[in-house]
This record gives sequence, structure tokens and C-alpha cells, in this order.
Amino acid sequence: MAVDTIQGLDALELAARAGDRSPARRFWSASWPKVAALALAVGIWQAVVWLKIKPEYALPSPLAVGKELWRQAHGSQLWEGLAITGRRAAVGYAASVVFGLVLGLAVARIKVLRAAIGSMITSLQTMPSIAWFPLAILLFQLSEQAIFFVVLLGATPSIANGVISGVDYVPPLLLRAGRNLGARNLALYRHVIAPAALPAIVAGLKQGWAFAWRSLMAGELIVGGLGHTALGAQLTYARELTDAPWLMSTMIVILAVGLVVDALFGAADRAIRTRWGVLDPAGA
Amino acid sequence: MTAAVLPQRATTAAAIALNGITKVHGRGSAAVLALDGLTLDVGPGEFVCIVGASGCGKSTLLSIVAGLDRATSGDLHVIGDGPPALMFQEPALFPWLTVAGNVGLPLRLHGVPRPERKDRVAELLAAVHLEEFAKRRPHELSGGMRQRVALARTLALHSPVLLMDEPFGALDAMTRDLLHDELERLCRQRGLSVLFVTHNVREAARLGDRLVLLSSRPGRVIHQRTIEIARPRRIDSPQVSAIAAEVTDRLRSEVGRHGR
Repeated sequence: MAVDTIQGLDALELAARAGDRSPARRFWSASWPKVAALALAVGIWQAVVWLKIKPEYALPSPLAVGKELWRQAHGSQLWEGLAITGRRAAVGYAASVVFGLVLGLAVARIKVLRAAIGSMITSLQTMPSIAWFPLAILLFQLSEQAIFFVVLLGATPSIANGVISGVDYVPPLLLRAGRNLGARNLALYRHVIAPAALPAIVAGLKQGWAFAWRSLMAGELIVGGLGHTALGAQLTYARELTDAPWLMSTMIVILAVGLVVDALFGAADRAIRTRWGVLDPAGA
Repeated sequence: MTAAVLPQRATTAAAIALNGITKVHGRGSAAVLALDGLTLDVGPGEFVCIVGASGCGKSTLLSIVAGLDRATSGDLHVIGDGPPALMFQEPALFPWLTVAGNVGLPLRLHGVPRPERKDRVAELLAAVHLEEFAKRRPHELSGGMRQRVALARTLALHSPVLLMDEPFGALDAMTRDLLHDELERLCRQRGLSVLFVTHNVREAARLGDRLVLLSSRPGRVIHQRTIEIARPRRIDSPQVSAIAAEVTDRLRSEVGRHGR
């Protein structure tokens, strides 16, 4: 009777939604434009080198930089630098995440706090992190603390902002449904608000990472002297020694680290959106 | 044995008793009277449909009965332990949970242990014919299926009273007809008392034991009638159409009053 009709209708409505491309094809269609863009960039670089606008010691060829990168990858200096910088990034970012989440939640919940510092958090974000360094150096001298101070100031506002906008934009209907189903106070946060805010929080974490990484590089450049072989310090040494291939290969490593972490956040974001069904299957 | 322990009040008191419910939105010169001394009872196991044009305060009324909003004045009494279960026009499913997770959430929030929860969820999904879709996400389902998940989730609250705010308003006619049958069956089986708000007069005549017509701005009861058409009913039957036509006329003259 009616059950057959219901199940028939369900089957008909779901049948129209099937169909997906294979993972290999998806990978190919996502990666070839990136590879092409990279090839184009290297091509332009090589063309500029051939035009001899700048002397070879200032602008080395892609091949020279590639060789240097290969040599570096087989030495210890690069890996030591990565380890030092990576540890600083991890510590600074982890602290920013803790501060950002607590600050964001507090501002989202407490009206007075929002009126007092809500807009200040956003304006803090527009402050170039490098402009904090003179103050940081006065406060903490040329030390790691100065770097952490600036990383924290750079990344925390983004993360807090992500939390605030995530909590603000939880659909009121879901809140009503959650309350009716028996979620009060903490349970409402745990079962409705936090998961509903997750995409915005991940976006904030991603932006926070970008700010943290930039601040860290600025810090290592400026405070560099004590840093031995940190990546940012290596840039300064390379410039002082006019070792352009070293300089540029280090830059490539810095860029690559930023991209890899960014890609991890991108993957997390996509996983959430796929689960939620808000990823447009036609795009991306 | 189960029949013997049914609470006595179920046969004596009303399931929902509204007495002089008044709701004013806003304050001062901007104040709007949404509900004006609304008095209405829903008997145990009764299915009452509220019909009204825009601005009759239907959704406000349900929010008040569900405890999500407060009446400015008036008395409200609803049977059951917690606030009554409320179903919306949108399924309002949580996109981060599976179908089973959505249906199980109210049980989880009420401290039902996991093994028991699993059984109850399976039983509820079977009641709405979605047992095969337990592990799917809401976005993978059609609109009608999502609304059935929402119904199962609402039933999980185990409330003797069910409030429905135009739950089938966004569905196509065929799906809606099927869901009418399903809702009727589930309400009879579970002896639920239902307050069902709709702007669709036919739907009200198809489902209700009683039909209540509200005026607009402010909302108050202007007409009510019992519907004595034998069940099972069909939405396209002549009896349902006749009642719908009559109520539509009344609704039109009520709406026309605001044009003058």
C-alpha cells in the first residue's frame, strides 16, 4: 500500500542524484592547472634571466636555484633551520589557537565584552605584524619571546574572529530545534553551536595560520641575529653573503611550508563541506 | 498491562489548555498585538488544525506552547514532562549528523544510554520507513525524506503532544499526500494530541478532528468546527472539498476585512 509508494518515491528522487567522477580524474583536473601555472612562472623567470636585466649574482637562473635546493636538501643546514622555525611556528600557533578560541567564545557570549573589544579585534587584524616588532623588541629584547609576542598578536585576532562569526551565524532555526529537542546551556554549545560554527572556525584557523607564518618570518628576519640557522635568519645571511641561489631556495622552502599547511586546512574545510553537502559538485 | 498504567489525566484533562493567551511584540508605539486573548483546548488524542492567513500569529502561538517564547499574558497548560515536541516547516536537521544521529540526538540529550538509543532510533526510523537511510547525511535525502527524519526526531522526544508549524508546506502534492497518511497513522498509533498549523485549508480538512480559524492582526479564534468525515480520508474527496470551500470563504472575508 502506501509504504510501496513512499519507497518508490524515495528511490526515484535519489536516483537523480547519483553519478560521480573517478578519483584519478578528479586529481588530474585539479592538478594540471597548478602544474601549468608553475611551469609558466618558471618560464617567465628564465626569460627574465636570459634578457639579462639583472646581473646573475642578483637574479640566478631557475636551474641554479634548483641545484642549490638539491644541495641544501642533502645537507643539515636546511633541516636544522626547518626544525627551529617549525618548532617556533608550532608553539606560537598553538598558543594563538588557545587564546583565539577563548577570546572568541568570550566575546561571542558576553555582550559587554563584545561592545568593548569586538571591533578592536577586527582592527587589530589590519595592523601589519611587522609594525609590532619595535615594541616587541623594547619589551623582550632580541629574543624568541619577542617573536612569539608578535606571532600571537598576528594570529589570535583571526582565530577569535572566526569563532565569533561562527557563533553569530548559527541558523536561528537550528537553535530553536536544538532547544526544543532538549539542549540547554552547555549542551546547546556542545551539540548545536560548536558543530554549526565549525566551518567558520576552521576558516579562522586557516587565516590565523597565514598570519602566524608571516609574523614568524618577519620576526626571524628582524630578530635573526640570535637565531643561528632559522629559515628567516638564513635569508638575512644569504643576502649579506650575496648568495642569491641560497636566498631563493630558502624562499621556496618558506613558500612550500606555507602552502602545505594551507592545503591541510583546505582539506579539512572541504571534508566538512562535503559532509554537510554544501560543496557544489560542479565546481572544485 | 500497558493500558492499565496510562495516566488518568489523559482521559479527563485537556492535552493543551490555552486560556486568554495574549502576545504583544515590541514596546511602546511600535508594539504590535499578535495574539488577542486566544482560548483553545486540544483534547487527549485530538488532532486540531489551526488555519489562518498571514499575520494571524500561528507561529507565535506554537512558539509559546513549545516554551520557546513567552506569552504577554494568559494561562497555558500542556501535559507531559518537558516542553512539547515541535516540528517546523523546514526539516531543521543538523547537517553534521547522520540521519540516525539526528534522530538519536534528543535521546542523547535526555540521557538515554547508547544501546537503548540504538534500538529506539532503529524503531523510529522504521516508523517513517527510512531504516535503510540511517547512515546517510541529510543533504543526501529528498525534501520529503528529510521531513520524515524530522518527524522521527520529533517523535523521539516521546512527548504526548505534537506541535506542527506548516510541516508539509514546502513539499510537492504527492509527497504531502503520502505524509498525511503516515502522520495520521503515527498519531493514532501513539495516541498523540496534535496542534497543527497550516495555511492550506484542504490539508486542515483532510487531517483534523477539529478545525480552528484564526483572524489576522491580532489573532483570535473566529470560527471552529469539528470535522466528522470518516477516516481514512482523501484530500480530493468531495466531503473534504466541501468543508475546505466553506472555510476558504470565511478566510477570504476575514482577509478582505483588512483591505477596506
